[in-house]
Parts: sequence; C-alpha cells; structure tokens
Amino acid sequence: MADAADQNSRRRFHLGVIYTLMGSIGAALGIPAAGYLLVPGPVKKKDDWVEVTDLSRLSSDRPEEIVFRRNRKDGWKILSEKTSAWVSKQPDGKVIAFAPSCTHLGCAFHYDEKRRNYLCPCHTSTFDLEGKPLEGPAPRPLDRYQTRIEDGKLLLGSVERSKES
Amino acid sequence: MVRRVIDFLESRTGLESAVHHFLYEDIPASAGWHQVLGSVALFSFMIQVLTGVLLAFNYAPTPGDAYSSVRYIMTEVTGGRLIRGLHHWSATLMIIVVVLHMAQVFVWGAYKKPREATWMVGIGLLMLTLGFGLTGYLLPWDNRAYWGTVVTTQIAAKSPGLGEYIQRLLGSENGVGVVTFARFYTMHVMLLPLITTLTIALHIYLVRRHGVAPAPDDTAPRKRFFPEQVFKDTVAIFVTFCVLFALAVTIQAPLGRLADPTDTTYVPRPEWYFLFLFQTLKFFEGPLETVGAHILPGLAVAALAMAPFIDRGKLRKVTQRTTAWGILLLAGATWAALTVAAVRSTPPEAAEQAASAEIQPWQALSPEELAGFGHFRKENCYSCHALGAKGKATGPDLTKVSGKRDAGWLISYFKSPAEKIPGSSMPSVHLPTSQLNSLAAFLLKLKPSDVDELNAAPETVVNGAMVYQKNQCGICHQVNNSGKQLGPPLNGLAERRKREWVEQHFAEPQKMSPGSTMPPYRFSPADLDSVTTYLLALPAKPPSGQ
Repeated sequence: MADAADQNSRRRFHLGVIYTLMGSIGAALGIPAAGYLLVPGPVKKKDDWVEVTDLSRLSSDRPEEIVFRRNRKDGWKILSEKTSAWVSKQPDGKVIAFAPSCTHLGCAFHYDEKRRNYLCPCHTSTFDLEGKPLEGPAPRPLDRYQTRIEDGKLLLGSVERSKES
Repeated sequence: MVRRVIDFLESRTGLESAVHHFLYEDIPASAGWHQVLGSVALFSFMIQVLTGVLLAFNYAPTPGDAYSSVRYIMTEVTGGRLIRGLHHWSATLMIIVVVLHMAQVFVWGAYKKPREATWMVGIGLLMLTLGFGLTGYLLPWDNRAYWGTVVTTQIAAKSPGLGEYIQRLLGSENGVGVVTFARFYTMHVMLLPLITTLTIALHIYLVRRHGVAPAPDDTAPRKRFFPEQVFKDTVAIFVTFCVLFALAVTIQAPLGRLADPTDTTYVPRPEWYFLFLFQTLKFFEGPLETVGAHILPGLAVAALAMAPFIDRGKLRKVTQRTTAWGILLLAGATWAALTVAAVRSTPPEAAEQAASAEIQPWQALSPEELAGFGHFRKENCYSCHALGAKGKATGPDLTKVSGKRDAGWLISYFKSPAEKIPGSSMPSVHLPTSQLNSLAAFLLKLKPSDVDELNAAPETVVNGAMVYQKNQCGICHQVNNSGKQLGPPLNGLAERRKREWVEQHFAEPQKMSPGSTMPPYRFSPADLDSVTTYLLALPAKPPSGQ
C-alpha cells in the first residue's frame, strides 16, 4: 500500500533526524567534557630557581640532604612547601641534586654510610652516587633537579624525570 | 549478537519493555509542536547536571578559594570557559523555557481537571529552578555574587514572622560569610538537585497517568509518542542547544572582582529575571516594604498554583481562551515594563563611575607611592602611627614628615631606628631596600589635608600597585607621569580596554597585541585580579601639577 510505504519513509525520516541531532548534541557535549577531564591545560609552568645552599658548605666525601622551601603550583593555589634534595659534589666540581623519592614507588630514600650508596627502605632498591640503580626493583635512575651555580651558590630548578635504563 | 544482549537484559530486567512502554505511549492526535517545551526544560536540567558535575571537579567550595578556582577553570582548564559558559547560559535558558512551558500550559488550559496536581507540581519545579538561580549566584564569590546575596538574604530575613528562622537557616545572622556560603553550596549541589530530580519524576509520572492533554474537539484516532512527537521534541531541543552553545562560545560567563565586603562603590543588581521583583520593591517603602518583598510575590505564586481551582469551566479551544490570553499578555507586559524600568535606573558599572568621577588622592599617587601605602598597611604601621582618623597616635604624626626629612634619612631610619634617633622605640622595618624606598616615597607624599581620603584607597587597588612595583612594570610603562615610555602609558586604560582583555594580555601579550615586546606574566589569580583592578582604576589622564 502506498500509504503504508509513505508512513514507513516518514518514520525513517523521523528516526534519522532524531539520531543525527541527538548524536551531534552528544558530540558537542562529550568532546569538550572529555577534553576538560583528560587534556592538561595550556599552561605548563616550570618551577622557579631556588637558592638552596653555599657551594662551599658541600663536602665531596658524602652526599647531604638539603631541605629548602619552594613555591609549587597546585591547581588554583600556589603553595609554599618544604622539600628536599640529596646533593653531592663530584670530584670534578660538578654538583648533582637528586629528587628525594625512589623511582620505584616514590618512597623517601636515604644515604647509607656503610655501603656508600643510596638505599630505599621500602623495597631495598639501591642506587650508586650517580643515581644508577644497583639492586632491587627500581626501574630507572634517580630523578635529578636542574642545577645552576651563581656566585658560589647552588640553585635548583625543576625536577627532570630520568630515562629508563 | 546485539539482539542476544538485549534479550538477556529484557529477560533479567525488563528494560526493553520498559523503554517500549515509555516511548510507545498513546498521545492525542492534536498533540504537536506546542507541547515540546516540557522536554526542552528537562533537557536544560540535564545539561545543568552534566556541566555542574564537571565544574565541581575543579571547584573549591569555600569563600577563600572559590574565586581562585573559578578563575582557574576559566583560564587554565581545557574547555573550562566553555563548560562554565554552558552552565551559566543554560541556567538562564532553563528559566526562560520553564516559564514558556508554564505559559503554554496556561493558555491551553491544560491544567484543568484531572491535571491539577501536575500543574501544581510544575509550579514547585518553577520555584526549584529559581532556587537554583539564587543559590548558584553566590558560588563564584565575586563582587556581584557577594553583594547580590547580601540583598537576597536581607530580604529573606525580613519575611513576616519567619524572618529570624530563615536567617538562621541561611547562616546569615552575621552577614554573608563562610556559613552562608556552605549552606548555599549544599543547597545548590545536594539538596536542590535531589529534590528536583524526584519532583521531575513525579511530574512526568503525573503527565503519564493522565496522558498528554488533548484539544477539546480532538476525536481523531490517537497516535504514538515515538517517533513523531519525539522528533518534534528533538528538533526543539536541538535548536535550544544551538542557541545555548552559541551563547556559551561568544559571550563569556561573567567573573568580576573578588568579593570585597568593604567595597562601598559596588551597586548590586539581581539577575535580569529577578529585576521585576527588584523594581516592584521600590514602590513599597517603610513598613509597607514587606508587601512588595513577600506578600505580593507570595500571593502571586499562590494564585498561580490555584489556577486550576479558579478556572473550573469547560475546556475551550486555545483560540477562544481570551481571558487566559489576556492574563498572559498583561503579566508579560507588566514584567517587561518593570524590567525595562529597572534596567534604565541601573547606574553604569562601578569602574566607569570611578573613571568619570573626580580623581581621588590615592589615584594621583605614583605606583611606587601607592605600593608604599601597601607596605604601610602590611607592616602594621597603623598600630603606632595615625593617618587622620585611622590608627593609634602613639608615634609621631607622619603627615608632617615631608617638610622635615628626606628619603635617604627615612630609609636609614627604617633600617635601624635607634641609631638615628637614640631612644626611639620603633622596631626596625624588615623590608628590602626597594620596598623601603617605596614606603619613604609614600610618607613624603602625606599631607594633613587629604589623609582621610587616602585611607579609603581600596585594598585590591593598593595590592595591585604592589604587584606593579614588584614586577617593575615602570621599566617600560608610565603611570601618573612616573616610569619610562617604552610601552604605552597606562593612564586611561579603562577607557581603551576591557578587563578580560587586560587579563589575557598579561598571559599572552603577543597574541593580544601582535608585535608587542612585552614578556608574558603569570600572576596568581589574586595578583592578577589586583593588578588589573589597579590599572583600570587609574585616572584617565595623569594628574597635572606633579
């Protein structure tokens, strides 16, 4: 029947419009929503350089833990918080500053006087003085701060993530 | 495969037959385009839920942080400006749609027996929608939000008989603060959504129970809701959504200055859909105020809710319901007249007022001097030195310093007071030399004649001058004849640029004015607000005679 065919095509038209329009609304809302939740914002602020110590205070025998204060941006806040670095002076005068958390699961490690290396107490990962993993589950070398020396003072910048070894 | 999943779901949950039952409802043959508004209203509500949840993911619901987090959403989160725009504009659209939906039901007489309850629940939904508007208004915690809510809570506090209890419920006995904020937030994101969702369910249940209202002469065979009516609803929803999306993209949702309870220049105005109430209030003064504020609006809502019991005659065709049309047009005209009157009585914005007004003494100070005033306030100098009526006069009167001392003397005095004046009990001022310079410059500007006007310098503006100094903006820009002219002079900025422009310009100077050599500045939200407010508060022309 022509009437039935006509009705059928009307129905198909209606369904087509409903799905198309609802689909476009879904996309127009869904894509920005996904971006809002998943895509980091355009602003990637590097940490400021912070003066942490006089170079002359560092000994080249053993690394030292230095505690300092720095501003960190956390969402809509800028927090001034305490953080630390394990700093050692190399024989050639270069300075290495390690971020204070183990690359395995983020525990705080310390310097082991007897064995003269870094030891993480959580899963007994050890690192040599250059930060290379020696034993245990740590997958990559210790992360380092950017360092700069000005007028005999040590300045630390952002932490740079180390590459897998 | 899909079929099997559907069959499984159907056998375990009855989902498919429930959907069918919902979609294949019989509706009268006379149903059509005029009945799409209910669906559009529901759609607006769903948009609000979605965008509201997204906003809450990046929102700090306390007065201190709320403003910073909203600014963070607007400037740093991907798509944040769009999401907030959708939430803001959809709130406005939802009110329009809900009112239009009500007007349609009203003129068609669809509230008549047996649909009285559906109508009354609908009035409840209208009130809930307005409640969302009132409570959400406070949440950005800018000046507009703060002062608007101060007025709202004061009106509520004057309700006859109940005022005191309402005020206690809103936590506003001691003004609008953390308690009121927490209550408004909880209402906006917990209580109202829950109640509204349940009420919408009840409303839809009642619509289904009594069926969509037919025209009085409709005897044609009934048709199905899906797909023809759903098609019309979808088209209407889509058109609304396009309008909403265009608004959200083109007109940024407003975010003014951080709420400042000491700002006496701010003139609060309610949202446009409440302006008619605001205007009505003006007709009633003194003891009659409550008539305009509570009794009339209360009676109007009651009359609206009782409409089905007042208009009990037989249903006539919509074209013959002349009384209903008359009431609707009269109401619309009254609303429009009151709104227009309110808009016309609205003074221009506070910033423009400041620009046109006489130059205040604090506006005439150089950035260095005004920043010095900031240090004066921050270092608590008021606790020993009075400036006019403010502060304790334990130490010497500083308005007379300018004739006696010079900057060099003052700075070495700040560093070690007892060395310069043996026996001085003033503690030394621990500030870097550049800031001591600033403080000295400020003190040398003091005159007994205008200290009281100086004291009135708004906190945000003074903080802005400190940010300006700290970032050494004067190396390139001139303000009040001080500073270099490598960049454009900043006096009269308020006449040239809008606030949003200035703020974006700090972040991306090259994007906003191509070829600019200005470095980008990433201020904290509070600093950005202060420094922008400061620059926009500068006098249009540098003060003469300096």
